[in-house]
Parts: sequence; structure tokens; C-alpha cells
Amino acid sequence: MLSEKLRAPALFVGFVAILVAAGAGLLIGPAGIDKTAAIMELLDRMPFISIDSGLSQIQKNIIWEVRMPRVVLGALVGATLAVSGASYQAVFRNPLADPYLLGAAAGAGLGATVAIVTGSGDGIGTFDVVPLLAFLGALIAVALTYLLGYSSGTQRSPAALLLAGVAVASFLTAIQTFIQQQNVDTIRQVYSWILGRLNTASWDEVSLLAPYALVSTLLILMYRRTLDVMRLGDVEASSVGIRPQLVRLVVICAASLGTAAAVAVSGLIAFVGLIVPHTVRLLAGASNRIVLPLSILFGAAFLVLVDLLGRSLASPAEIPLGVITAFCGAPFFVIVLRSNKRTLG
Amino acid sequence: MNLCVARGVDVRVGQKLILDNVSVSIEAGEWVSVVGPNGAGKTTLLSVMAGLRTASGNILIGDRDLKELSPRERARLLAYVPQHPEIPPGMKVDSYVLLGRTPHLSFLGMEGPDDFRLVQQVLEQFDLATLGQRTLESLSGGELQRCHLARAIAQATPIIFLDEPTTALDLGHQQQALDRIRRLREEHQVTVVMTMHDLTLASQYCDRMILMSEGQIAADGTPSEVLDPDRLSDLYGAHVKVLNIDDHLVVVPIVGR
Repeated sequence: MLSEKLRAPALFVGFVAILVAAGAGLLIGPAGIDKTAAIMELLDRMPFISIDSGLSQIQKNIIWEVRMPRVVLGALVGATLAVSGASYQAVFRNPLADPYLLGAAAGAGLGATVAIVTGSGDGIGTFDVVPLLAFLGALIAVALTYLLGYSSGTQRSPAALLLAGVAVASFLTAIQTFIQQQNVDTIRQVYSWILGRLNTASWDEVSLLAPYALVSTLLILMYRRTLDVMRLGDVEASSVGIRPQLVRLVVICAASLGTAAAVAVSGLIAFVGLIVPHTVRLLAGASNRIVLPLSILFGAAFLVLVDLLGRSLASPAEIPLGVITAFCGAPFFVIVLRSNKRTLG
Repeated sequence: MNLCVARGVDVRVGQKLILDNVSVSIEAGEWVSVVGPNGAGKTTLLSVMAGLRTASGNILIGDRDLKELSPRERARLLAYVPQHPEIPPGMKVDSYVLLGRTPHLSFLGMEGPDDFRLVQQVLEQFDLATLGQRTLESLSGGELQRCHLARAIAQATPIIFLDEPTTALDLGHQQQALDRIRRLREEHQVTVVMTMHDLTLASQYCDRMILMSEGQIAADGTPSEVLDPDRLSDLYGAHVKVLNIDDHLVVVPIVGR
């Protein structure tokens, strides 16, 4: 049987992973809600099922207004970052590419810092400015990188784009650091944003991210076969009839849009876009047709679990997400890498 | 019938003319090898005719101008195997050959049962059926060469361009590769244009040879017309003799005095 047909079992494992992670995220927390009652409460909301969980209104609110949006937001952010990372690795044919490669993180960092130090971080009226400026900062940074990378050389090579990304990121980080140093009173707020968090998660943030995450992810998924063709390099991809420059542009736009929206609601969560796709590749093979959908599922499951660790380990205090993703992700990644001889791609 | 015609093709890199007013026409069903010393412009000519490099002048594929074809239309007519194809890490042999079907799928479309069936046949034809689940990087040089050819055949085009298809192969694998191309031409009625360094092998397999030198065509004709020892000695800066052994031409270098 051809390799491309062997996909259903891997996808099934991915769905189980996300269900387990979501279940754990919804049932475990410092409020100490009885787990059986919590399961009954969740079932009660299913169509055609009506069970009395015996939970108080406050406990129900904790499940539906605190834990659920946090799990959903974590899953959306994890899925978006992982699939963006996988798509960047495909279009740049570079295993080290991550969603922040073209300056999205630096741009978002600058945007968030500006919002926080100018005092608009607490919101203007009911409107939260930090995510908006982070989102715009990320998009502007990527656009700048793209324009710079493609105007710099006669060869429209991915390498020029990567170098432009390094330049833009350094430049924006320099400005961000300067602003931060000039406003030391807000340094803690900025720092907390940079390390990533989901503790402010609410349905508002879910509805902010969801449309972008959906559009970005669907677009990238539609290109899953084309991204396998891109692995042949620009010349050979072109010889089988695709336009590598155009594919790269569309995929970068989609991934950057999703990344910018994810960063806007959760801050900078490192490593997810790198570790998840590579783990998937090592376990399920290098074809983007399986790497992209599995990155969505495992990215979502991974971040929900990491967030659960972050809020459980030092409960009731919270450990920043970026710290946990790196702390858990890096050793796990090394184990997978060592236990499997397959090549990264 | 002329299947591929290049007229007045110029390629310039900086001040240097890589191809200088080159005109060639390839007939349907021909097996043409483009030969010449290093830097003569063989690979450039091949990639220009395959539509993968821009050049001034005109290229006609059948009765259509190459510039007016979309990449997908072009890829349904012309397949191209570079001298050193990319080996994507972790890619399975069958997935790789399946990528040859790309120009026949709709925009962002996936392969259908017909594509899978065709690729299965191609894998069998190339003795790759048992290697389908292996990754490309685990294959030997000869097996890899078969994969590249198989992907080009899966593309199902009337013309295939091969850039030095026998490089990095030993004597036996070189012959096997060329024998396979010969069988493919008979089975698929495909026109083959390839660059070669080995003049002896080129002359024994091809119908026609195009000898290039400094971006121009120095000779064009049957192997016996093109392989003139004086011309070769002059263009290659070498001392060679052309022998006839059992009606096969053999180009041998002779130590110069």
C-alpha cells in the first residue's frame, strides 16, 4: 500500500491526545471540584443529555467561565503555533524555522511593550490594547521582513528572507529593550507578557483568536500536498508545475496571521512551533500531509497539558508558560530524538 | 514533427554570454544528447528548454510558446531531472514518485485512484515496488537514480529532460540506467533530451548528438557526424581517437605528446 494512504491510525491517536489533555485541563484545578461531578456537569451540556451534577453555581462558573475558555484558548494557541511552525519549516526547508522566524515575536513584543508602558495596557474603556498592538506589531514585522528580503537580492531565495528576519527581529528587539529600560516601573508586566500566559483567558480572547486561527490553519492544511512538493526545492517544484514563490507567500501570510493572533492573546510561548512538528515527524514520518494535521492535534494537546502543569506545580501561583514549554519540551524532544533514528526534515 | 524548437536563445549572466544565439529543434521521438566541455552551456540550454530558466529568444513546445504556458500546463508537457536532485529527508520512495502527478491534479487537489494505480505501475516498472516504504536517503545511488526517473515518468509528459543522468553511477549502473531509458522510450513514446559527459555512452544510445562549446552549437547530427576526432581534440583541449568497434563508436583519450 502506498505511504500516503496510511493516515487514519495516526490521526486517531492525535484526537485521543487532545481529548485526554482537554479532560485533564477541565477536571484538575485549585478549586478542588469533585471530578465525577465535573464530568456530569460537562455531560449535562451535551445534546439530548440532562444530568444534575449537584455543583453550585460558582463551581459551574469555574468550569464554564474559567477552565473551559482556558483549555480552548490553550488548544487554539498550541495548534496555531505548531501548524505555523510546521509550515514555516516546509516553505523554508529548514528544520530550525519556527513561527517567530520572520520577526513576529519581536514585532509583537514591541507592540505589547508600547501598549503597556504608555499605560494603555489596562485598556481604553473596555477595549484591551495589548493584544491589538501585539497583533499589529507581529504583522508589520513580518511584512517588513518580506519586503526587505525580497528587495535585497537579485535571487529571490528563502535564505535572503531568513537573513532579513534576523535583521528585523534584532532591530525591533533593540527598540523594545530601549523602551523597556526607559520605563522600569512596567518591566515586570512586560516580562510577564513576554514569557507567555493563559491566566487571563476568557471567552473574549477565544473569540478574538478563533477566526484567525481557523482561517490560518485551514489555508495551511489546504496546501499540505503542495508543501510536500516544496520539499523538492524551488527548481524541481517548479518543474512539476507549482509556483514556489507564490506558495511561500501565501503560506507565510497564513502562518503569520495565525501566529500574530496567538501571540496577541497569550504572549510569547516559545518552542511549541519547533518541538511539536519535529516530534510528529519523528513519530509519524516527514510527509506534510500527516505532519500538518497531527501538529494541530498534538500542538493543542501539548499546550493544554503544559498550561495544566504551569498552574498546578506551584499552585496557587502560576509558572509562565514559556518557561514550562522549554523546560518540559526540550528534554522530551531530546528523548524522542535519541530514541528514533529518523531524519528531521 | 518538431516537438520542441528553440530560436535565437541568449542567456547572459553579468557580462558573460552563457548561451549565444542558440537555435535547436527536437523532433518527436528523438533521443538527443547534448555534449561538450565543462562550461559549454549544456545544463543552461537544458533548463531553458525545460522552461525553468528565463532567456531571450523563443521556445516552442509543439505549436505553443513556452512563455504563454502556465507552470502546470508546462509541467504536463516537460519533465526535468536535474543533475543533483533534492533528496528530502524522511521522504518515502512511493510518496516521492507520487509527486510526479502534481501537474495532473487540480489546484490544491489530491491524487485519485488513477494516480495511485499509475504510480504503482511505474514503481513496478522501475523495480521499486518493494522499496516503496523506504526513505530516499536509505537507497543506493543506482536505486535513487531509478526514483528520479520514475518520478519524471509518473509526470507522463511527451518530453523528458535529463541533466547528466549517469553521473555518480558506476559502469554497470550507467548502462542499466541508459538501457532503462531506452525501454521507456519504446514503451511510453517519450522524447528524451539529456546532457552527457561520456561521449562513448552518448554515441551508443542516442539518435543524435549536439556538441556545444562556449555557449554555441559546434556540431549537430548523428554520433558519427559529430564525433570527429580533430573537432573533439580542438574543443576539449585533449588528444582523442574515435574507434569503431563492432559498429559502435568509442572515444578514447590518448596521452598527448
